[in-house]
Amino acid sequence: MNVLGLFVPGRSVLHRLPAGAKLLGLLALVTVLVALDDHRAGLIATPAAALACLCAYPATGLGLRRPLRLLLPLLPFLAVIALFQTLTGDPWAALRVCLLLVAAVLAAGLVTFTTRVSAMLDLFERLARPLAPAGVRPDRVALVLALTVRSVPMVAAAWQESRDACAARGLPAWPHLTVVPVIVGMIRTAEAMGEAMTARGVD
Amino acid sequence: MAESPAQAVRYRGLTARDLALVAVFAALLAALSMPFAIPVGPVPITLQTLGVMLAPAILGAKRGTLSILTFLALTLAGLPLLPGGRGGIEPFLGPTGGYLLGWVVGALVIGVLTQTLMRRYRFWGGFLINIVGGIGAIYLVGVPWSALYLGDTLLAGFIGAGVFLPGDLLKAVLAAAIAAAVHRAYPVPPAGRRVVKEQPDAESERPRA
Amino acid sequence: MIELRDVSHAYGDRPVLRGISLDLAEHRIGIIGANGSGKSTLARTLNGLVVPDSGTVRVDGRDTRRDPRAARRRVGFVFSDASTQILMPTVAEDVALGLRRVGLTADETRSRVDAVLDRHGLLDHRDHPAHLLSGGQKQMLALASVLVTEPDVLVCDEPTTLLDMHNARVIERTLRALPQRLVLLTHQLDMLQGFDRVLVIDAGRVVFDGAPDAAIAHYTALMDARAPSTEPSGLREGPGERS
Repeated sequence: MNVLGLFVPGRSVLHRLPAGAKLLGLLALVTVLVALDDHRAGLIATPAAALACLCAYPATGLGLRRPLRLLLPLLPFLAVIALFQTLTGDPWAALRVCLLLVAAVLAAGLVTFTTRVSAMLDLFERLARPLAPAGVRPDRVALVLALTVRSVPMVAAAWQESRDACAARGLPAWPHLTVVPVIVGMIRTAEAMGEAMTARGVD
Repeated sequence: MAESPAQAVRYRGLTARDLALVAVFAALLAALSMPFAIPVGPVPITLQTLGVMLAPAILGAKRGTLSILTFLALTLAGLPLLPGGRGGIEPFLGPTGGYLLGWVVGALVIGVLTQTLMRRYRFWGGFLINIVGGIGAIYLVGVPWSALYLGDTLLAGFIGAGVFLPGDLLKAVLAAAIAAAVHRAYPVPPAGRRVVKEQPDAESERPRA
Repeated sequence: MIELRDVSHAYGDRPVLRGISLDLAEHRIGIIGANGSGKSTLARTLNGLVVPDSGTVRVDGRDTRRDPRAARRRVGFVFSDASTQILMPTVAEDVALGLRRVGLTADETRSRVDAVLDRHGLLDHRDHPAHLLSGGQKQMLALASVLVTEPDVLVCDEPTTLLDMHNARVIERTLRALPQRLVLLTHQLDMLQGFDRVLVIDAGRVVFDGAPDAAIAHYTALMDARAPSTEPSGLREGPGERS
């Protein structure tokens, strides 16, 4: 698996901001927009925010195709919202909600595209620290997240292997033949990994 | 597994094996997003909810819920683990974000019910539990969330039911069948370190991860 | 020095170790035995991965039951399947993992990781995803990840079983060159040439303890005597590797 994920390398201001600041900014923006939603100011602020977020994409070197691809899966939803809210007699509400959704998704995308996965995971680990008295161990949070990234190719390989095993016996790769052995294999793999972790003193 | 059901035996915390099981099932969830995604309308149908039901049905409440949380954390961090290569923060903010959070509640409900109601995993019990947790609990979070955007709970419920329900029922059946087979083939021991206590007490375990 | 005193262990109601007492102090020790003989379980008692049902195992005088962590710091363990031993996404991260508890600075960690990777020919791969390595490289990485913590003793449970001949030779040569004491479990009997001591395990007991050639002769005779009565219906059952 590509450990870069959705991150797009770059040197813009947004790229250089710490992950926590960006998340906080996103939270603040969405909160303000939702709070302004029923006010007259919202009618200006929401489209302005959406437009500003859209413009930020080319400005940070992300181009315009990425935001459009983010919005594409929203279109059917936007259509349903617009239709329904208009039918109930409030076309302005329809417009507001649609723009709010667009602004929020575009702003969130900005954070995702300009933040390294590792920076975000480090942030999660730091955020987990105050939970220590409740029994959460931040080092283990980080360990499990990394273990998962490492396990994805292994799980994918296990599926492929079981399909091949079926093919080798002249059987079609029916899911009901392969799923249970694959999952049992995964459990055994996890047990071996657990043993290796214990042996290396990382438990 | 073969432990005597004595009241005084409890399991505390999480062992290295438990951490690995959490990670591997989170990875399974990620793998399930890939080959089978069928993008239908606004809400893509995938096998991921199958994973959401399987993890707690096989691993129990603690490890099952943690594996869902782990998967969601990696998604949130920007890995493209959702159907269609989506990931990052925006799927959580969008109209179907509530379903993602609902997965956590659903896994918890399935895990707790499985542990408390079934001493041995059975298909029919598992199926009913999957419906309660994997459909009921998930919709309970997902539908009101969609309703925030749609402005109407009824419509959101209708869309949720219409689009997700047939597939989810099928997945509830599949998950119960698979979990029953896995429990028969290779039962996973309970999470945590075995602690033998002087006297039995029902103090709840703390999640550790 | 690892001392075992009357060590017995069972999985459920199936005994796997029956009253084993040993002092392991030699530089190169080999352990051979059939599948299911108990040799893997025996190896796992040496660093506290398995704490025996009865009897004691002491590593440098410390009981593995009381202080398994101390035993694991002194006794490193390499398994046969490298892919389950690699725990982190990239090569360098995996090697660094074992150092987290040691309390080094980031720079010290980095230089120790790089030194170990260099010694085992993996430095060019330091930032590569670990799952893209070849089978031999994976086993080398598993070895490097254990050696970075500088254990006194290395226990290897069939480290070359899953490798081709070339990679098996490379691993064998690496193991022979290690300054550490080595306890090697293997089915590849030629690897035991020049060892100080070889144990033959059968049905949970040490049935032979001595020089490699004599041990191999004993083991071969044992297996030959057993072969006719167990074929072809009698493939021996494995130990069901569950701890």
